[in-house]
Amino acid sequence: MKNLIKALAFGLVTLVSLSALASSGGANLDHANNDLTDKESLKNGFKTYINYCLGCHQLQYQRYNRTFKDLGIEEADGIENYMYTGEKSGDHITNTMPKKEAAKWFGTAPPDLTLEARLRSPDWIYTYLRSFYMDSERPFGVNNKVFKDVGMPHVLQDLQGVSSLDEHGNVTPAMGGSLTTEEYDIVVRDLTNFLEYVGEPSKLERESMGYNVLIFLFVFFIISYFLKKEYWKDVH
Amino acid sequence: MSNVPVNNGRRRFLTAATAVVGGAGVVGVAVPFIGSWNPSARAKAAGAPVEVNVGKIEPGQLIRAEWRGKPVYVVRRTEATVNGLAKHDDQLRDPNSEKAQQPSYATNAYRSIKPEFLVALGVCTHLGCAPTYHGGDFDQFVEGVSEGFFCPCHGSKFDMAGRVFQGVPAPLNLVVPEHSFTSEDTLLIGVGQGDA
Amino acid sequence: MLTNFMAWIDKRLPVTDAWNKHVAQYPAPKNFNFWYFFGSLAMLVLVNQILTGIWLTMSYEPSGDGAFASVEYIMRDVDYGWLLRYMHSTGASAFFIVVYMHMMRGLMYGSYQKPRELLWIFGMLIFLVLMAEAFMGYLLPWGNMSYWGAQVIISLFGAIPVIGDDLTLWIRGDYVISGATLNRFFALHVIAMPLVLVILVFLHILALHEVGSNNPEGTDVKKPKGSVPVEEQSKFTFHKQYTDKYDIVDAIPFHPYYSVKDIMGVAGFLILFCWVMFFAPEGGGYFMEAPNFEPANGLKTPEHIAPVWYFGPFYTILRVIPDKLLGAIGMFSAIIVLFLVPWFDRGVVKSVKYRSKLHLLNLIQFSVCFVVLGALGTLPATPLYNNIGIIATFGYFGFFVALWFYSKNEKCKPVPERVSH
Repeated sequence: MKNLIKALAFGLVTLVSLSALASSGGANLDHANNDLTDKESLKNGFKTYINYCLGCHQLQYQRYNRTFKDLGIEEADGIENYMYTGEKSGDHITNTMPKKEAAKWFGTAPPDLTLEARLRSPDWIYTYLRSFYMDSERPFGVNNKVFKDVGMPHVLQDLQGVSSLDEHGNVTPAMGGSLTTEEYDIVVRDLTNFLEYVGEPSKLERESMGYNVLIFLFVFFIISYFLKKEYWKDVH
Repeated sequence: MSNVPVNNGRRRFLTAATAVVGGAGVVGVAVPFIGSWNPSARAKAAGAPVEVNVGKIEPGQLIRAEWRGKPVYVVRRTEATVNGLAKHDDQLRDPNSEKAQQPSYATNAYRSIKPEFLVALGVCTHLGCAPTYHGGDFDQFVEGVSEGFFCPCHGSKFDMAGRVFQGVPAPLNLVVPEHSFTSEDTLLIGVGQGDA
Repeated sequence: MLTNFMAWIDKRLPVTDAWNKHVAQYPAPKNFNFWYFFGSLAMLVLVNQILTGIWLTMSYEPSGDGAFASVEYIMRDVDYGWLLRYMHSTGASAFFIVVYMHMMRGLMYGSYQKPRELLWIFGMLIFLVLMAEAFMGYLLPWGNMSYWGAQVIISLFGAIPVIGDDLTLWIRGDYVISGATLNRFFALHVIAMPLVLVILVFLHILALHEVGSNNPEGTDVKKPKGSVPVEEQSKFTFHKQYTDKYDIVDAIPFHPYYSVKDIMGVAGFLILFCWVMFFAPEGGGYFMEAPNFEPANGLKTPEHIAPVWYFGPFYTILRVIPDKLLGAIGMFSAIIVLFLVPWFDRGVVKSVKYRSKLHLLNLIQFSVCFVVLGALGTLPATPLYNNIGIIATFGYFGFFVALWFYSKNEKCKPVPERVSH
């Protein structure tokens, strides 16, 4: 019996170490350190998304008014400052880019980004947007260290400036952007934070509900433990 | 059951405690199941308030708006029509709109915010057909009243304030939905006066 | 009032009798340990899956065009939809954890041995239907992993000689996996399979109560009638069906003793379940796989296709055998041998506690191989992993072969007549 438990424990250790081995592959990603409770950061990210990303990338499963509500934006304020194309506030966050044409322009149609943070992880997005470098071979003159030969131009180039690849294959610090490196990192981090929110808008609610449920279950477990003990006094 | 003698209050107390806490848990689990039947965000977005530009409606003209899947009639009543409303009160079931078929701000002689504009659901209160608007030839249905609504299904009749006439199947006046004016010419159906 | 009502019912339907026979006066051995929680837990998870499943169908749209979006609709637009979906997705993985533990219990304590062979067979049928149910359910979110996972598994049938290609075409109902496949899987997942599952569970319990529960000692608590002095018999009242034929020792009525114990087990299980569901519903990428957050795309294979973790052991066996047909045969054999355990084991001593060291070691190596195979199934196929997989596959099948050989004349310790608590 004890041996069996040991064996199972051994199996579990193998499982955990094997999966650790599996996940250690891939490029090293920088940490975005997201904070979904930071509404200002989420609002900034939302704004950046509307201004720089939405032209090509839809958030077709997310509604404007849900976003306003979750980010603490007044509806009137939201319609005024975040909606430019005359939709209703209950509409999904979409654009009018024709998919087929877009596929011709970029080699592939720009994907919907509602679930990007769940598909690739927030850290991936954070690192990706800070890993563009000059590459004259590419149609838009830039390539990306995290996503090789990506079809997307560096949309935030005005902010970040231009990087290149040094002889070790590392991306050099960007030069000539309107923001300092620190400021740019904050912009990207806010955007990443926003995308993580959009990936699962109910995440904060889920976690806060989780604490209550666990406290309840813990109390229930204790009561049922004493009930069991009381009844089992009969069993000799 | 056990035939070994057992005690007492403790056992009963613990059983009751488990039952009560477990029962609370079951109620808690029921919440998502019941809650998920509420209108979803999609239904709410589809049922969102509807804006209507009323500036271009000619006097005497009716336009239809759609709100929550139902037709809403908006009619620009002429001054004569409004003045004529009081003349057939004795032929109506509920001339003073005592039944709650309209928001409080529309509980008046002309059943609307502005006397000029009637806003009412085009849904007969009998069995839900859409009454047709007769602007001028209504006296074929009610003598001496030239405009009104006639329901083709079972012959219910309503005047230009949506009030039902006596002697027809429909029991109540037409429903006036929550509505408000966001500007001189912009009618918002679905949000009441003072709610927005 | 209530008594009269029950009397009225009982005259027409033996409700009280059935309650006594199966619950309040069912003689359960008093020494059930930790491993005996998993039967009732499997029942709990089944109920969870059925209820949340019914509710999910209310908002889900079974079509190639609408499925993926409707899942996001559930996650965002439906009140508590995210919770119902996570209960279902976490429940799917929990179901397999619980069932694997339940099966392990059966292997450890010889619960498949005579006279419980049919009980075991029903259990294995439940497992088989559960795998089909889970496989079909996994296609429904219509994510890219759903699509390619189904693609790989359906292709397995292509390994069958002569009819293989036509068979895969017939299963898909199209030249590729498409809305037609999705719709038929949906119908089977929400109606056919659950129906079969519920019937099998019913039969499983009926068969159990016919032969009575085994226990960690592997000793029978039902002794031949008249062989035990009255003062040594169990003090509790049991149903006539059992006491007419047997003297019952060391047993207690299922209710209230095991009902209160199982309530405690349920509470403990729910703490773990809710902890995962509320704080890590993706289960570290094992319960919900990242590529599934992208819609199904027949032109773009995910970098690393892995079946959901619970298919891992069988998938690895398929993968390490370097021949399509043999691989498929190997995989299905891995399930068939489990059906045949009652006949591979020719011993009479049930519990591992009283069997030989060899049997204990065999069980340990089997569980280790099973876990390793499962882990490998979710990992990319590198040569190293492939070699480990081959060894583990031998270990897996070796368990059954070895069992057949040594169990005939196995050196066992004496099994005590009576159960100690």
